[in-house]
Amino acid sequence: MDGSGKWDWDIGKKEIADINKWKETFEWVEEIYSSPDGEKAAAVVKTGEAEFSVCENGTAWENVFDKVWSLRFAPDGRLAGIVSDTGEWTLAVDGETWESRFEFVWNMQFSEAGEGIIAAAQSGRKYLAVVNDTPWENGFADMANLTPSKDGTGAAAAVQTVPFGESEIFKFQEGCYSVAVDGKTWDKNFVNVWEIAFSHDRKHVAAEVRTSLYDYTIAVDGVPWNQVFSSVWKPLFAPNDASVITAPVRIGGAWTLAKNGQAIWDKKFPQLWHHAYSPDGKKIAAIVSPKFGRWTVAVDAELWKLTFGDAVTDAVFSPDGKRVACCGKENGKWTIAFDGNVWGGIFDMAWQPVWSPDSLHVAAKLEKNRHYFIMIDGLPVKKGLEAAWDPIFSPDGKKILLRGIEDGKYFREVLPLK
Amino acid sequence: MGEPAVKIEESKVVADEGLNRGMERLTPEKIEKVIQSVLKSETGSRLKVYVDTCVHCGLCSEACHFYLSNEKNPSFSPAGKVKQTLWEMLKQKGKVSPEFIRRASEIASTECNLCRRCSMYCPFGIDIAYLMLVVRRICHKLGVTPQYIQSTAHSHSATMNQMWVKEDEWIDSLMWQEEEAREEFPNLRIPLDKEGADIFYSVIAPEPKFRAQLIYQAAAIMHKAGLDWTMPSTPGWDNSDMCMYTGDNEVMGRLKKAHFESAMKLRVKRIVMGECGHAFRSVYDMGNRWLTWRMPPVPVTHAIEFYAELFKAGKIKLAKKYEQPVTLHDPCNIVRGRGLHEMARYVVNETCEKFIEMEPNREHNFCCSAGGGVINCGPPFRNKRVEGNKVKAEQLFVAKSKGAKTVIAPCHNCHGGLEDIIHHYGLGMELKFLGDIIYECMEK
Ligand code: SF4
Ligand code: SF4
Repeated sequence: MDGSGKWDWDIGKKEIADINKWKETFEWVEEIYSSPDGEKAAAVVKTGEAEFSVCENGTAWENVFDKVWSLRFAPDGRLAGIVSDTGEWTLAVDGETWESRFEFVWNMQFSEAGEGIIAAAQSGRKYLAVVNDTPWENGFADMANLTPSKDGTGAAAAVQTVPFGESEIFKFQEGCYSVAVDGKTWDKNFVNVWEIAFSHDRKHVAAEVRTSLYDYTIAVDGVPWNQVFSSVWKPLFAPNDASVITAPVRIGGAWTLAKNGQAIWDKKFPQLWHHAYSPDGKKIAAIVSPKFGRWTVAVDAELWKLTFGDAVTDAVFSPDGKRVACCGKENGKWTIAFDGNVWGGIFDMAWQPVWSPDSLHVAAKLEKNRHYFIMIDGLPVKKGLEAAWDPIFSPDGKKILLRGIEDGKYFREVLPLK
Repeated sequence: MGEPAVKIEESKVVADEGLNRGMERLTPEKIEKVIQSVLKSETGSRLKVYVDTCVHCGLCSEACHFYLSNEKNPSFSPAGKVKQTLWEMLKQKGKVSPEFIRRASEIASTECNLCRRCSMYCPFGIDIAYLMLVVRRICHKLGVTPQYIQSTAHSHSATMNQMWVKEDEWIDSLMWQEEEAREEFPNLRIPLDKEGADIFYSVIAPEPKFRAQLIYQAAAIMHKAGLDWTMPSTPGWDNSDMCMYTGDNEVMGRLKKAHFESAMKLRVKRIVMGECGHAFRSVYDMGNRWLTWRMPPVPVTHAIEFYAELFKAGKIKLAKKYEQPVTLHDPCNIVRGRGLHEMARYVVNETCEKFIEMEPNREHNFCCSAGGGVINCGPPFRNKRVEGNKVKAEQLFVAKSKGAKTVIAPCHNCHGGLEDIIHHYGLGMELKFLGDIIYECMEK
């Protein structure tokens, strides 16, 4: 992770905050959030009658608000939340509110490395995005699927471009939606626009669209593929080549992966979604259902032998692109799987696994009976926590940072990998 | 109660833009092509077995409220509806007229509630509802669907909810209900996007739009029971699904993906859903399976099961019981679809002083005639729907004459349907959700 080299990687445990004390100080304390480096814990707290603030490591922000919600740490460590400040909505970042104010703000998101903070906003019944405190110049009658660019300097969303009455079904079917990129709409309208993806260089945008009630395809910078399908799921740009766009597509009742409109996998599946590129862009993994009611991972169309009955989620490539890990659920219980193998032990919940920088180890947060575990390669390194956050490997891959709450105390702990 | 058959003839010509304009755009070639393609590539042995097995015995007729309420007019019998639609399409190998398609769409969408009562009366268990869904699918692909429900399907596709509720309006409704509820329960929260909560509470879009008090009541119940729960702030919160009923299976799948993935993203243990029947059918049977999840990837608990669980565990204490005598309407989708009828009775008996059964009941109940998307076809078909359910009015009347003053209907569509029936037939009964009763009677 960017910036993690500067964190404190000395082996040992640090108690950062006594959450029990917070509960004595404030009338109420909402969910606790942990900064990526583990040095801070924060929560929305009630400071007085209809008065809320944010407590960070035991100290409340100076500013108080009518309401604070959606409090989260950005990947770069800033703490942001949506606040209502004397009836106007905005964001507060590290205690300071943005200048731009709206009738409502929601759907706060961060770019991958956290330098971009975006949110959806509404004023005067116009919907728009706010990117790093700069609102789009134009607002729209409606907006959905807000998506930040990779570098956090822009955003795109599905927007309504043509007014229509709810009962005007034929007008709707002519296409009243498009994509707005940084507030500017594509020339072409569609019946629907759903999930959106930016290219890694931020110059291009692709989206799932429906061009009639029956024809689905991918539009890239406003131009739909020549081919239509009976359905599609979210497209992605290849990390190193913005001219390559891939998406799951449904042909003749089964799913496969298409590149620029043409199927590139020679197999079809009852389901295929959440495809992901390896960091070097050379491989593609996806979650697939090889037969009704079974789920697995396919890498370049090759299936793992291991399948799950309930669900497979959160597939993630290792940094070297050679390995994949995911969460799998069978008979109501979750576990972690990697490269077609499965960890022993079953859990009530699993979080997306995390790869070490050298791609040799995989770690994850899991939960059983309300106790949280941190496991590495299937073995617990921490058990019985009251709360925990995803573990993070040090940049040299020799240590791991754990963040959790034990006996009401929030801590960070760096352990050496054996 | 007039002359229903005549009224229905009249309603046949009621203008519906979806049906009329849709029909105008059809050509015989298009009709044939679409019918052939749906029959060939989307229906399998199930359809063939049903069609080949039916011996036209008519035993299913007595099951259908439309047939019984329309003076046993055979065109309203279950097999009669198939005869006027799918059988003819099969017989003619898809060579049917645009007018035929218009009428087929009207029959499948407004004269059948997909309630599955008839399949219990068929010696072969033929699922007429499934056959009517095939007709709706064909009509969807031909673009001939009643206007109001088509508009609802559009709303689903554009907003991921049934009622064009915008993203900020949804959150605003929740915050508003939370604020109101804090007057009564000072520390109450409607926790948004709480990762790792036990319960993800999901509702249908009419709740934030028209029946926000139901969200208030659910929050009060969660609060008093001390539960760890959450609601999502972004789309995926609506569990309803009219696309399942228009035959737009692709959007049905998209809706269920959004719903389950928003629950999985929050790492909740289960979804508890409000008192809705059709949504249960969508999340527990049709939508999840279209996506090839055999069972919901996050377990789904219907409100009835949830309330029963709370009472069994003693998590909700009552200050009093509901005094007025009540009767219970069994919603088709959670009774024939899931067998929750005894649990519903348990909750009614826990909360009400006097319970009077409606006859017939449990899995033999009569549909409210709103289900299956029929009420969503809107005002043009309202009279046909209400007059096509005289038997329900009679059932209610008998329960009333035994003393029932309140009808409990633990389903949104049933509420809409029964409200119209109670009004139209002048029954003067009060309608409640189970949540209304629990909230009214619980210790606050
Ligand atoms: S309304 Fe119910 S009983 Fe009548 S035909 Fe349809 S599914 Fe059968
Ligand atoms: S009861 Fe069954 S076999 Fe007889 S007419 Fe009805 S659907 Fe056909």
